[in-house]
Amino acid sequence: MNTSNHYDVAIIGAGMAGLAAGIRLAHFGKKVCIFERHNVTGGLNSFYSIDGRKYDVGLHAMTNFVRAGVKGTPLTKLLRQLRIERDEFALCEQKRSRVAFGPRGEVSLTFTNDFTVFESEVARQFPAQIDGFRRLVALIRTYDDVSLGAQPESARTVIRRHVTDPLLEDMLFCPVMYYGSATEHDMEFGQFVIMFKALFLEGFARPLDGVRVILRVLLDKYRSAGGERRMKCGVQKIVTRDGHADALLLDDGTEVTATHVISTVGAPETERLMSGGEAATKHPTGALSYTETITVLDREPAALGWGDDTIVFFNDSEKFTYARSESQVDTRSGVICMPNNFDFGPDAHLPEGLFRCTCLASYDQWVNLPEDQYLADKARWYAEIQKSAQRFLPPLPSADALAKATLATDMFTPRTITKYTGRLGGAIYGSPQKIRDGRTAINNLYIAGTDQGFLGIIGAMLSGISMANFHILAAGK
Amino acid sequence: MTKDETKQVVLEIIADIAPDEDISNLKSDVRLRDQMQLDSMDFLDIVMELRKRHNIEVPEADYPQLASLDSCADYLTPKFEALGK
Repeated sequence: MNTSNHYDVAIIGAGMAGLAAGIRLAHFGKKVCIFERHNVTGGLNSFYSIDGRKYDVGLHAMTNFVRAGVKGTPLTKLLRQLRIERDEFALCEQKRSRVAFGPRGEVSLTFTNDFTVFESEVARQFPAQIDGFRRLVALIRTYDDVSLGAQPESARTVIRRHVTDPLLEDMLFCPVMYYGSATEHDMEFGQFVIMFKALFLEGFARPLDGVRVILRVLLDKYRSAGGERRMKCGVQKIVTRDGHADALLLDDGTEVTATHVISTVGAPETERLMSGGEAATKHPTGALSYTETITVLDREPAALGWGDDTIVFFNDSEKFTYARSESQVDTRSGVICMPNNFDFGPDAHLPEGLFRCTCLASYDQWVNLPEDQYLADKARWYAEIQKSAQRFLPPLPSADALAKATLATDMFTPRTITKYTGRLGGAIYGSPQKIRDGRTAINNLYIAGTDQGFLGIIGAMLSGISMANFHILAAGK
Repeated sequence: MTKDETKQVVLEIIADIAPDEDISNLKSDVRLRDQMQLDSMDFLDIVMELRKRHNIEVPEADYPQLASLDSCADYLTPKFEALGK
């Protein structure tokens, strides 16, 4: 066999899952290559620059933060498995975040990385619910959410056994759904548990320089373990025969072979790679897509009078609707992120102020617009989203205060997501149907990352680790 | 290779895969799991590092033999000796 074109493992996609899987496999002597179509790593959590300004694609906050000494959580498992020292990620904790519901955010639950704050907020706002809430939390703490063979169960059904006030129920679901759910209206309970722990029982943090820091650490580990990667070189077809992946046809027309293939590009997307066409996939595509506005400010958001919230999850309506947007953008609910409001230490701060707002958006209503219409719609919705989000922040001193402080703006739409990540339907959180054990109909092809079902950045990395361990390393292959 | 040397090999691996654990006062006859937070992923790593560093194979059925430092020494020392170490 031609050694230069044969790998023990070929990984499709240099996002968090692909890099983490690659580190494990290379560390244990496998000949590994990661194929990435884009020119930068990170996948759904990548970065870019415009006019010399650095932006993170999706990272608001890294979830799953625990302090040094707390063991047995996803973050500490991941650090051990990838031989990363805590300090390398240089994580700085959030100040505080909120869930704000009502036309002007009248009902608000604050939370920090100290869970007792959230618990006391629930007790204050929903005194009749606190006993049920505590029972729910006890159940979540003991639930085996990393089991690869757990039976699916509706999270709404489980939560209603403990929480009977629909407002509190929706206020618990809103952050959990926005930070990782690929299913509309409800979630699988195991997925709810993963996200609840990640957001509330653990917490938010980020490196001062954002997702680049995480990716730099991963790339360094991968390189020093001997892993190869080919950038701007995607996989256009997985050539299969008799239920076995024989070869990968690359974008440049060449072929490589691999004993095992790990695909991190999504389950329906991987199915398409096998058919090599545009045909509809059997595996369902995600219905949920998003848009995000990014506003660069000449001062910190706090100096505008917006306080020190790190993240605000908001909803203005009586019912919280997490579903495919019927309008081009659904501004009723969303997420505000002010990345300046992490505790970076006394002498460290971001160079400029940042104000980011995410809302649900309709892929279909964005993807096929003529260019001039697309740009006009972006401008219109940018204004609408800002207006909606500001209802949940303290009022500004004057109507034009935000415009005056604005240095630059950017916005991504469902179209942008698919263009840069290849995710069908702009579905950041992938397919509603997760493949927990990563198996496919092809005996040497495994799914890792978003569509395997461990959510968030830390989840994506753990997914890569678990699939590499389970299918290749532990199997002694 | 003496049993104490085998224990040292195992301790070196644990120090690398779980740098956040204090391994200075581990009791040889007590299960490692009861003295440290080690999960199945960590035990897989002990096995994988034994293979990578010392060419020692531990089949899955024998994982229980790695429960404590004493049982590690009993189980692994003959394997080291078989390799001429």
